[in-house]
Amino acid sequence: MTATEPAEKLLSPVLSASWDDHRPWTLETYRRHDGYQGLRNALAMDPDALIALVKESGLRGRGGAGFPTGLKWQFIPQNDGKPHYLVVNADESEPGTCKDIPLLFANPHALIEGMIIASYAIRCDHAFIYLRGETVPVLRRLHAAVAEAYAAGYLGKDILGSGIDLDITVHAGAGAYICGEETALLDSLEGRRGQPRLRPPFPAIAGLYACPTVVNNVESIASVPPILVRGKEWFTSLGTEKSPGFTLYSLSGHVTNPGQYEAPLGVTLRQLLDISGGVRSGHRLKFWTPGGSSTPMFTDEHLDVPLDYEGVGAAGSMLGTKALQIFDETTCVVRAVTRWTEFYAHESCGKCTPCREGTYWLVQLLKRIEAGEGLEGDLEKLLDIADNINGKSFCALGDGAASPIVSSLQHFRAEYEQHLAERRCPFDPAAATVWADSRRSSSPQPATEREVHA
Amino acid sequence: MSNVELGLPALPAKPYPAEVYERLAADARELIGRYPVARSALLPLLHLVQAEEGCVTATGIRFCAEQVELTTAEVTAVATFYTMYRRRPAGTYHVGVCTNTLCAVLGGDQIFEELQQHLGIKNNETTADGEISLEHIECNAACDYAPVVMVNWEFFDNQTPESARQLVDDLRAGAEVEPTRGAKLCSFKETARILAGFPDERPGALDASGAGGAPSMAGLRLSKGEALPGTPGARVVSPRNEGTEA
Repeated sequence: MTATEPAEKLLSPVLSASWDDHRPWTLETYRRHDGYQGLRNALAMDPDALIALVKESGLRGRGGAGFPTGLKWQFIPQNDGKPHYLVVNADESEPGTCKDIPLLFANPHALIEGMIIASYAIRCDHAFIYLRGETVPVLRRLHAAVAEAYAAGYLGKDILGSGIDLDITVHAGAGAYICGEETALLDSLEGRRGQPRLRPPFPAIAGLYACPTVVNNVESIASVPPILVRGKEWFTSLGTEKSPGFTLYSLSGHVTNPGQYEAPLGVTLRQLLDISGGVRSGHRLKFWTPGGSSTPMFTDEHLDVPLDYEGVGAAGSMLGTKALQIFDETTCVVRAVTRWTEFYAHESCGKCTPCREGTYWLVQLLKRIEAGEGLEGDLEKLLDIADNINGKSFCALGDGAASPIVSSLQHFRAEYEQHLAERRCPFDPAAATVWADSRRSSSPQPATEREVHA
Repeated sequence: MSNVELGLPALPAKPYPAEVYERLAADARELIGRYPVARSALLPLLHLVQAEEGCVTATGIRFCAEQVELTTAEVTAVATFYTMYRRRPAGTYHVGVCTNTLCAVLGGDQIFEELQQHLGIKNNETTADGEISLEHIECNAACDYAPVVMVNWEFFDNQTPESARQLVDDLRAGAEVEPTRGAKLCSFKETARILAGFPDERPGALDASGAGGAPSMAGLRLSKGEALPGTPGARVVSPRNEGTEA
């Protein structure tokens, strides 16, 4: 373990840099922070050169898969006579993931500027923001920011005298995790049930209305304007060789200070915990997810894994959405996994049999294990069903459902066996709540640490 | 899977009264005009009819089908896929308690249990006075504010069983309630209209509650040399919203 760097050195706020300024969601404040300067620089470039620049910056998708953003743009066929579309995936719903929503709430113009740049690059004149419906405060600010951008001449006809046109439609979803999967999102945006499509053809060839379409995550697109302003050399100077740049790490759960920590890719959880006050007082880390519930869980053995695409992959998981959900020793891993599995069963769109049926049976098994009614062989059955889902469905939802089960059995099999042997859950759920410690102590201060700083 | 009531074959739904139809049809034209293909407006249209009636009824489905030239069966197939469209009217205030793993472990399960007892209703039910409907919801992208409660899809962060009970009591008493992130509450129907795509025109709604609470600012403040609770350093982070609000 290396000595901790001070927080000022470790962190690198870029997207979050303006969040504590006066009304950062307004165009006026955004402009004070170089807002729409990247767009001017982009419009001065040839669209192909712009795509090349984003490619060379090494920016990779921040929505989970880490696909190179510039390459995605390059896949759009040009001079094909068809309309091209840009669709922003703002359907942030992966359990633990909470970066795009605070970003859009505080600074929606970062996304809009990035969308204009991306649309110019791929020759698109109609772009969409697919925002999950359950976040009305963000919808409100997106509506307002888009209206401001039209009024300022950044959207509409002949943007900034460039001869380029662009309309942005803000579209609210209606509650379906699966619509975060890009082809399900496209079906949903076409007014259908959100069910994934078989690929190929990929959206770059046949996406929205069967036309070439780029689907990008909010944070990916919002990361483009700073590259245009400060240059690709600046961007590649941050992060690691194969995972350059900065990103939002979202710390949540049993920590002293949950929240957004924007840092170069490749920091470790140990570093983030060291600067942010660590696991909640009097407790120790038990398990955590590097990038949401669909990424195989880690334990305290993985504190020094570099949190970039390669580092997390090499350690057996995925960087995903950098949703660092921290659970301490009061948490029953069977309970946690059962709840995630209920989520996947609830959100399975029903298209593929392994996922639809498998998640149902996983829930039945896990519930009875958690209730102390598990039978011999249940753990093998869990693994067998998980294996029958993993990689055997159209989309990654099924793979995600298998992840917590397989990884928790790998790291905490003894805890499952304890549920079977003792025929009960050995944990007290009350001990895991945020108010547990303050209420048990005789302290006259009734508020928890979290309530004090909230 | 959402709670779907398939029911028995029913008679064709009644249309909206003429004046309602005209008003909604004008809204529908505006929504459809925002898309290259009319059917893309179907989700917004379903939010629109939910804004009219508090849920998606057979009449609402018929209306949507007519606007985008689909059958009512096709629209029903879409409406029943998405959890936000309700088959029964929501309360004036629709309360969602996150019970996905992280919120549940941090106390969401207890909050949901105590709210059911306090209100005397179960999941997906509405109080007799029609004021509060209750639902346990999935992860709402606010894990750094756990445990989270949503009312009409505005954020009520860092809840406890006591604060959540107080919240629903205040709502039933007609007291003005402000979310930790979001604007002063409007009714469920009015919220559905915003979701359909019609901006919230209320003065102050856009700026309400600032840029986010302490968790949103945590990394930024550390990067500026400020301290957080439990971290070394002389300066202490200011309370929620101080310095972020106008």
